[in-house]
Amino acid sequence: MIVIPIKEEVDIVRVRTAVRSMAREIGFGLVDQTRISTAVSELARNAFLYAGEGEAHIEELTNPHKGIRITFIDHGPGIEDIELAMKDGWSSSGNMGKGLPGSKRLSDHMEISSEPAQGTTVIIEKWLSV
Amino acid sequence: MRRTTRDSIIPILKLGEFLLVSIQIDLHDRMAEQLQQDILERVSQTQARGVLIDISALEMVDSFISRILADTARMAATLDAEIVIVGMHPAVAITLVELGLSLGDVKTALNLDEGYTLLEELLKEREMGARTRQEEESTEESNDSDSD
Repeated sequence: MIVIPIKEEVDIVRVRTAVRSMAREIGFGLVDQTRISTAVSELARNAFLYAGEGEAHIEELTNPHKGIRITFIDHGPGIEDIELAMKDGWSSSGNMGKGLPGSKRLSDHMEISSEPAQGTTVIIEKWLSV
Repeated sequence: MRRTTRDSIIPILKLGEFLLVSIQIDLHDRMAEQLQQDILERVSQTQARGVLIDISALEMVDSFISRILADTARMAATLDAEIVIVGMHPAVAITLVELGLSLGDVKTALNLDEGYTLLEELLKEREMGARTRQEEESTEESNDSDSD
């Protein structure tokens, strides 16, 4: 597992570069590499913008799905209404509001857990189709 | 001319009436904002009539970069310059649409050659529009002078 701290803006680039390179090694094709690194870019930016800092954990999956999992952990203000945050076009920061729903569409599995004032954890997985 | 080291990361080349920007590195957000500002400043300084932005080396375009590109095109239009984005990788185009984004009404072309041709056509159309208006005006004027 690779852990990349997200403390400054360039860390968003570091996370997506590391994810892309692991996805390539695992055997994902070009389109899936692009999907997963784009989703990761959105989520890393969310962590940086909303929480100020966080961490990305990148790991290879073998069972039951071969693929990649990225976990974003932050200790920011948390998401009050996850359902609302998952709606297309909704954004509390006035950006385009595509981050969460868009990332979900680009991945095969997504989990969000959040506690107000405690932080947010977002997990996304992309599976290698056999 | 004022130039800081940050400005010169992505070169903006002058090509006749056009500017050519080739993004060869993965852009972080502030770099993208800086590039936007640099392009607009150069358009204003050189009175360029068009800008070709080559993104063929970009491995991904996320919501931030796509917004910067779309905004830059709109801002350049207010400076009377057309922007054409060229070389988007098919995987990037697929992902952008799946993410729920589009480049709006930004003009795109497959590669630099086609982008250059598109810019020339756009400008020719504009010139013809302007000339037609001028001719109409001068016809009206000569009609006036013929009337005696």
